Amino acid sequence: MSDASYYNPADLAKFGKISEWQPEMGRKFFDYYGEVFKEGALSEREKALIALAVAHVVQCPYCIDAYTADSLQKGADEAQMMEAVHVGAAIKGGATLVHATMMMNKAKELSM
Amino acid sequence: MKSLHAQHHALADSTYQLDVLNPAQTVGARFPAFAAKLRETGLLPLRPTEMKVMQINVGKMCNQVCKHCHVDAGPDRTEIMTRETMQQCLDALAQTDIQVVDLTGGAPEMNPDFRWFVEGISALGRQVIVRCNLTIIVANKKYNDLPEFFVKHGVQVVSSLPHFAAGRTDAQRGEGVFDRSMRALHMLNAVGYGIEGSGLMLDLVYNPSGAFLPGNQVSLEREFKQRLTRDHGVSFNNLLAITNLPVSRFLDYLIESGNYDGYMDKLVQAYNPVAAANVMCRSTISVGWDGLLYDCDFNQMLDLPVATASARHIRDFDLDALQNRNIVVNQHCYGCTAGAGSSCGGATA
Repeated sequence: MSDASYYNPADLAKFGKISEWQPEMGRKFFDYYGEVFKEGALSEREKALIALAVAHVVQCPYCIDAYTADSLQKGADEAQMMEAVHVGAAIKGGATLVHATMMMNKAKELSM
Repeated sequence: MKSLHAQHHALADSTYQLDVLNPAQTVGARFPAFAAKLRETGLLPLRPTEMKVMQINVGKMCNQVCKHCHVDAGPDRTEIMTRETMQQCLDALAQTDIQVVDLTGGAPEMNPDFRWFVEGISALGRQVIVRCNLTIIVANKKYNDLPEFFVKHGVQVVSSLPHFAAGRTDAQRGEGVFDRSMRALHMLNAVGYGIEGSGLMLDLVYNPSGAFLPGNQVSLEREFKQRLTRDHGVSFNNLLAITNLPVSRFLDYLIESGNYDGYMDKLVQAYNPVAAANVMCRSTISVGWDGLLYDCDFNQMLDLPVATASARHIRDFDLDALQNRNIVVNQHCYGCTAGAGSSCGGATA
């Protein structure tokens, strides 16, 4: 069996290289990215926890790796990190279930 | 848990630690020499500025065995400073204008001559800082009056509390340390420490409970204040964010957990020239329990003495010779120059 995988942890450190094939868009993206994560109306720790929750929802291994480390570095503890993931899970689950209202509407429309 | 020294662990030997850290090592990843980084920044040789702090390690004896301790301190360590060496420190201080004396250990309060020494420094009119681990205050009845003793001498108390969550603190400092630390903090608050307007300074030290760098000191302080006030009714003045250096037990943790290469890479990548220019060794002299002189407490634990031809012991203290020395650097120094920088006073950049 090959050890090959679509995901390689070492690729996380190469994120910046995406600018090589499109420097202008890459620069604009990373400038924006840096600006987003600066302390503002939300603290850096709160932003790291939001990123951690979203990372799980979009199921990005690179982002989970990066924002687990970043959340710890920004002073979050295990309980805060797990609660953040639950918030993501609740929204994802809720987003599925709230569509059930469409199903119910359609079923009622078609039923006697 | 025993100290590395008591376990006869290979890392109890400073020569072995330096071998592990050496950039020419053949095992594991290689990292650029710290001295070369300093040269690129125009800071080599690293030279002292005005000597403002005398940091004195009065011994390796401690009631705790923290997993990250660079001193490898613990109850099984017997190396402590004698009163004779303390007197030599007082004699040296009397010939200088050094205004701040920073007492560290181990738990400095466990040295039987600790109070005598604080009284002596205080009589010279110098500011005393005690790096108090908090739990010593509640460890035994004979230490219960330490808060009152500190008040009497206007001591500035600096105490480690790696997290406002009990689990993360206990993971680093030992089971039950968080609860005992809260009891001690209440006792310090009760006599005025950390209370606005009292003039009695109580600073907390945050250092990461793992293989990552500290976050923004200002943000962490805000969070600590909010949580400690709300959850425990505890007050303090400043939070000092300190990076763990790859020395002794923290080095052991990094190697055992498979985090050594990743952590060193983080430190090297985060090298900050501004932090490098502000490293505390430039304005500090460090005195070991046996009176030998070092550029900092980390160099002390790695047995890297001051690079002067003579005057290497506090009994021979020679300010001019020390001010003309080149500061000894090695790979562990990356810990003080990463990100916002790190010193016993917190961030430096």
